[in-house]
Amino acid sequence: MTMKLDRRSFIKSAAATSAIATAATLFPGITFAGWDKLQDASGMITWKKAPCRFCGTGCGVLVGVSGDRAVAVKGDPNCSVNKGLCCVKGYHSVQALYGKDRLTTAKVRKNGKMVEVPIKDALDLIASKMKETITKHGKDSVAMYGSGQWTIPDGYVASKLFKGCLGTNNVEANARLCMASAVTGFLTTFGTDEPMGCYEDIEEANVIITWGNNMAEMHPVLFSRMLASRKRKTNVEIIDFATRYTRTSQAADKSIIFKPQTDLAVANAICYEIVRNDWVNWDFVHKHTAFYKGKTNIGYGLEDHFKFTDKAEPISFEDFKTFLKDYTPERVEKISGVSARDIRYMASLYGDPAKKVTSFWCMGMNQHTRGTWINNLVYNIHLLVGKISTPGNSPFSLTGQPSACGTVREVGTLTHKLPHGVVMNEGHRKMAEKIWDLPAGSVDPKPTYHTVEMFRALDRGDIRFMWIQVTNPMVTMPKLKRYRDGALKEDRFIVVSDVYPTPTTDVADVILPAAMWVEQEGMFGNSERRTQHFDQIVPPPGEAMSDTWQLIEVARRLGFEKQFPWSEEEYIGKIWEEYRKFHDSPKHNMAPYKVLKARSGVQWPFVNGKETRWRFNAKHDPACSNGEDFHFYGKKNNKAWIWARPYEPAAESPDQEYNFWLNTGRVVEHWHTGSMTRRVPILHNAVPSSYVELNPDDAADLGVVNGEMVKIISRRGEITMPAQINGRGVPPRGMVFVPFFDEKYLINEVTLDSFCPISKQPDYKKCAVKLEKA
Amino acid sequence: MPILGYITIPQSGAKDRLLAELNDIEFCEAFPAENADILVLVTDTPDKETEEQLQQQLKNIPSLESLSMTFGYNDELHKGEHDDNEA
Repeated sequence: MTMKLDRRSFIKSAAATSAIATAATLFPGITFAGWDKLQDASGMITWKKAPCRFCGTGCGVLVGVSGDRAVAVKGDPNCSVNKGLCCVKGYHSVQALYGKDRLTTAKVRKNGKMVEVPIKDALDLIASKMKETITKHGKDSVAMYGSGQWTIPDGYVASKLFKGCLGTNNVEANARLCMASAVTGFLTTFGTDEPMGCYEDIEEANVIITWGNNMAEMHPVLFSRMLASRKRKTNVEIIDFATRYTRTSQAADKSIIFKPQTDLAVANAICYEIVRNDWVNWDFVHKHTAFYKGKTNIGYGLEDHFKFTDKAEPISFEDFKTFLKDYTPERVEKISGVSARDIRYMASLYGDPAKKVTSFWCMGMNQHTRGTWINNLVYNIHLLVGKISTPGNSPFSLTGQPSACGTVREVGTLTHKLPHGVVMNEGHRKMAEKIWDLPAGSVDPKPTYHTVEMFRALDRGDIRFMWIQVTNPMVTMPKLKRYRDGALKEDRFIVVSDVYPTPTTDVADVILPAAMWVEQEGMFGNSERRTQHFDQIVPPPGEAMSDTWQLIEVARRLGFEKQFPWSEEEYIGKIWEEYRKFHDSPKHNMAPYKVLKARSGVQWPFVNGKETRWRFNAKHDPACSNGEDFHFYGKKNNKAWIWARPYEPAAESPDQEYNFWLNTGRVVEHWHTGSMTRRVPILHNAVPSSYVELNPDDAADLGVVNGEMVKIISRRGEITMPAQINGRGVPPRGMVFVPFFDEKYLINEVTLDSFCPISKQPDYKKCAVKLEKA
Repeated sequence: MPILGYITIPQSGAKDRLLAELNDIEFCEAFPAENADILVLVTDTPDKETEEQLQQQLKNIPSLESLSMTFGYNDELHKGEHDDNEA
């Protein structure tokens, strides 16, 4: 047998494995005999571990390498996240490395045209342009915009260069658009970020409630764990609480549809019922919680320079009980469209002391003009009944990107953050200046711009230079036209590091070809506090270079050799060990480099060689020190805070003229803006173009059948795209849903740039549109 | 020369017949789930024309209820790129 035949046998085995795993997601518990004889038919493939490139689940994969090329993927059986399973994107992830139009050389705009140049020349130009811009317009005229797909070293060196060396807090990441409300939810309730539980909660829980979270498509491997648990046990129930009917609703035991934004009212009604029925866990509440209220009528951030600061005021339990009186199930039924009976049913699940309950959420609660509030309110429910920080009892905020937690939240690549703490805190600034070997006062104590305001500043001219890495804002920014026009203004200079041409590289003055995923060494951090290391497994194409190394090259050209002294052979390990100093405490200790390299992910806090599964629980978390069962040590009063947060309407709701809600989101086959997955033939062919989902009755009223073109018009713009009726998702009457992966149909021309005043995260799920048959 | 993986669902009660029919077709390998009415099918065709003929043949199998592709690899797309490794 020739080696070529071996290789084909191997690829056939990968095809079989993929089909079997997909079958397992559709039919939990399914078993196949005899297929394993197909595995590893070839002896010429070597397998190397990595986390999956795509979502925030953090599935461990084994990448099959033949020569210097990645040829296949299988699930890593040693990774506790996915236990050998992958989703359809994961199985095809290596094909995303090899699209025909991969960027392999640097390009610079000359006389309006992009011209190929040696990457060294492009890096020289970037450094000189940054110097020139700072000299002319000041340090806050240059900005860095990164991503939850940055590796941890990428984000760390970006923060060190911009916040430390250049002294500007103009560092933001697209994770602001996907999980900032989760962060402010954690900080306002617990005083410390990231989930207290772990994915093992899925198998421990009796009840799983998904809050506006289509996990069947967005976190399919975790969803398959839920279905498998339900199949194995007799006492597991899945409730889907959502604004449209999806694959998750289809698989759930019960689907409850609510009107957009009214999750706030329903959450309060659940608390009302818990209190009314005396399902409160009084011992837990007395020992571990305190009650607060904040400001109300807090606005929507629609105007430039919008400012808001919340103020917490302590209240009593009786005050909280009085606040809840506005949220009887009957009243909330009128607001939300959810029957009082269903509200009581959900409350009874949380209230039943015999049931362990886990709540999951992601974009539905975070991309919300009251995103911080709805995060607070779901924590309220769990805190009132004491169902938290124990196996199976978990309010669990999922992330969308592979390192939104690792890079953006933990490294702190947001304007107000540092790797430890915030720029406003003198002690945190001093720690950064010491570790970064910079003079005192190098870090500016004032945050500058959050993402929406950063792009507004680019439009206004307050920012003149922006470097964008691993993200595609010219597809993802809400109210897109304003921000694209801003980026195209004559005296703006835009650098884009990416792997494929995108609408964002279209507005660039310099394009840098980036190494992708396993073409570089790095780490991601997933939704359950798990840091996952990967080696460079294959070489990047042409002159493509890791984002970390691009930043180091420019930093050195700017005169910061002392802060960026590492060699190309060892820089990732050195950066990790430097970064780890920021988290040197039992509350957040990270695993050493050697441990990360050896394992398929390690959860922090990593203390005395042990990972922490459930934080704030004295049995599991070494940082608990109050002598009680639980210790919510993030807040100075050592309590978790229960907040009185009211229902307030969305920034823009349907009216007589614009009479539909527009909801936007994702599909399982495509990763975010599709710049990678649309280059994978099987994923592209599965969903080749975006569409607008319509309720069948609305489609009939409009006289539209499947595939016919519909014009979607908002106060910002319009877009015409094909209709999908009774497809994988069905919105209720009066709502349309559009996936945003397709740059041919830029739905964000239509969306609104309103945001949560506390988290500054935009609401992509709600604005008003009207429809016409095109 | 595409290699494709599919989940196949037979018509009611036709699992064994479908398995036999698929395995009788050149370029097809099918194997069944032990505990559900599902088959996995892997196809490996030498060229585009054969692949198109096979697709047509699959569509005409009466015992086949549905076919969902889960994996696709076409080394025509990467022709020449592997040769050094495979020599």
